[in-house]
Amino acid sequence: MAAVPPIPLPAKTPFWNDPDVRAILFQIIALVAVVAFGMYLFHNTQVNLRQRGIASGFGFLSSLSGFGIIQSLIPYSETSTYGRVFWVGLLNTLLVSALGIIFATLIGFIIGIARLSKNWLVARLATVYIEIFRNIPLLLQLFFWYFAVLRAMPSPKQSLQLGHIAYLNIRGLYLPRPLFEPVFWLAPLALLAAIIGSVFLARWARRRQEATGQTFPTFFASLGLIVGLPLLIFFLAGSPLHWEYPELQGFNFRGGLIVIPELASIVAALSIYTAAFIAEIVRAGIQAVSHGQTEAAYSLGLRPGQTLRLVVIPQSLRVIIPPLTNQYLNLTKNSSLAAAIAYPDLVSVFSGTVLNQTGQAIEVIALTMAVYLTISLTISLLMNWYNRRMALVER
Amino acid sequence: MDVCRAVAAALFGDATKVKFTPLTAKERFTALQSGEIDVLSRNTTWTLNRDTAQGFNFTAVTYYDGQGFLVNKKLGVKSGKELDGATVCIQAGTTTELNLSDYFRANKMKYTPITYDKSDESAKALESGRCDVLTSDQSQLYAQRVKLSKPDDFVVLPDVISKEPLAPLVRHGDDEWFDLVKWSQFALVNAEDLGINSKNLDEMKKSTNPDVKRFLGVEGDKGKDLGLSNEWAYNIVKQVGNYGEIFERNIGQDSPLKIARGLNALWSKGGLQYAPPIR
Repeated sequence: MAAVPPIPLPAKTPFWNDPDVRAILFQIIALVAVVAFGMYLFHNTQVNLRQRGIASGFGFLSSLSGFGIIQSLIPYSETSTYGRVFWVGLLNTLLVSALGIIFATLIGFIIGIARLSKNWLVARLATVYIEIFRNIPLLLQLFFWYFAVLRAMPSPKQSLQLGHIAYLNIRGLYLPRPLFEPVFWLAPLALLAAIIGSVFLARWARRRQEATGQTFPTFFASLGLIVGLPLLIFFLAGSPLHWEYPELQGFNFRGGLIVIPELASIVAALSIYTAAFIAEIVRAGIQAVSHGQTEAAYSLGLRPGQTLRLVVIPQSLRVIIPPLTNQYLNLTKNSSLAAAIAYPDLVSVFSGTVLNQTGQAIEVIALTMAVYLTISLTISLLMNWYNRRMALVER
Repeated sequence: MDVCRAVAAALFGDATKVKFTPLTAKERFTALQSGEIDVLSRNTTWTLNRDTAQGFNFTAVTYYDGQGFLVNKKLGVKSGKELDGATVCIQAGTTTELNLSDYFRANKMKYTPITYDKSDESAKALESGRCDVLTSDQSQLYAQRVKLSKPDDFVVLPDVISKEPLAPLVRHGDDEWFDLVKWSQFALVNAEDLGINSKNLDEMKKSTNPDVKRFLGVEGDKGKDLGLSNEWAYNIVKQVGNYGEIFERNIGQDSPLKIARGLNALWSKGGLQYAPPIR
């Protein structure tokens, strides 16, 4: 009987042909290459800076700025530091973004719903609005508002005025400035208390409805609470609030609160432009909820308002929120165009003037980019959190 | 611009061999630092910080300027001291911004700054009444006034609030290039000093004055010291002219600006323009 020849074992694959080893190997090579490239860039920059005797580091942030800024939300003067300039610019950017987001959302929702209106004229007007503002470059719109519209305003001496309270001229809109007395803090405290109270009221109303089916007019009750309570406290404390009115002195108005035309232009341009996109998102969101849902709600006996509020909108929000986040991010990043019309945002005062006065381009630009990245990521996080709350919970 | 042409004439023997890159006040330093341009010849003020921490070398002053104010005649302002509370238009990224705040602070006055990127935008803002005053170097103010739609409604105030020596600048680290730009400028001033201009150039070659002979390369090897041909200065004056010719052509009597020489006259005529000898 012949011996069974042993089955030859397959030759061991050499390690360079082993897919697992290869995968890891290539990843290591890629990582090393990226890190080496980064190190080379860093090293090269440092060598060149040293060779040309250009100062580097962030020490400049604590030196004196020596220039004026037209609008700042925090106290600022020529004797403040470059670091302070950074915060002034950042707050101005955030102000524009926040105002822009609020107005864009409001206009966007109104136009979006108007586009679905059964009224032919309203629907067509909304379409025209969207098509015009969506298709003209933002920078041109900005110039239009700033150079064409707001430049037609009268000079300070011929200001349009509303009694002796508000004045409007080419230098801006002058409003009375509120002056708070020490006891005024009671009013915002009351507002806070009213808001917390409304939240509990809403919870209680929902529990009651779930248990007994009885509804409670939560909205009006909360509104009354939020408006009424602070007002009540305010008058009980003896109206601790005075107004400082603007007055024409020499060249300009002095005192009061001023909205500069640069701010008005950039907010108008950003919100009107972005609102056109938001309107389309809202329309798409509402149309994405099938009509059967509405019919089903009607057949359950819900009224049209309730149908919209309880059935259609919660479902359309799921479609609306992700692209809405994108628009918010775009708006924030577009706010850097403010530099073109002399609005003192971060790009204008910090990566413009400060960069020029100090010559430290790398540090200044890096800091500015880091700020925009942080703002964008924060908006993204907030909106994602909201989206998760709104998302369909599968049970 | 003519400074760059002069450098090209010295270097290549051809004043057209220069590439111009238009930059705003904000972009200019980064462009020079990064090597996008080799020499920045613009209305840049020579300051300590720029000469040291920003890594530049200023060559020689081309124009002695000072900051002033351009206002609408309707305001009835006669002096800078009457500007308390005014709204002022400025160009971003300039020494002007700093001088302005120093001036108002020193005189205990208040102002509202509006900072534009481009000088045209600030001129438009002045015209529309967005600001009361436009501030910049005086030479610039004259240039902008001419461009306004109604130049006669505006007036440059007599106050000069700062020293603004305008000079071309180069990067640290290339001394030969620094020398070359510097001496091309000196050649322009020396030419005027010696009475050499683009018209009498060839006649002057026959001159017996040793200074003129050295300048035109008839005698000596001065071009070699710079690493150039001995005709370097001849080429400059031939193709670009001397300092006086450049001045009159661009901003003086032969131009719409009609700025007087003033501080920028030769030292021998009571001005500040003075160049070391070519020797």
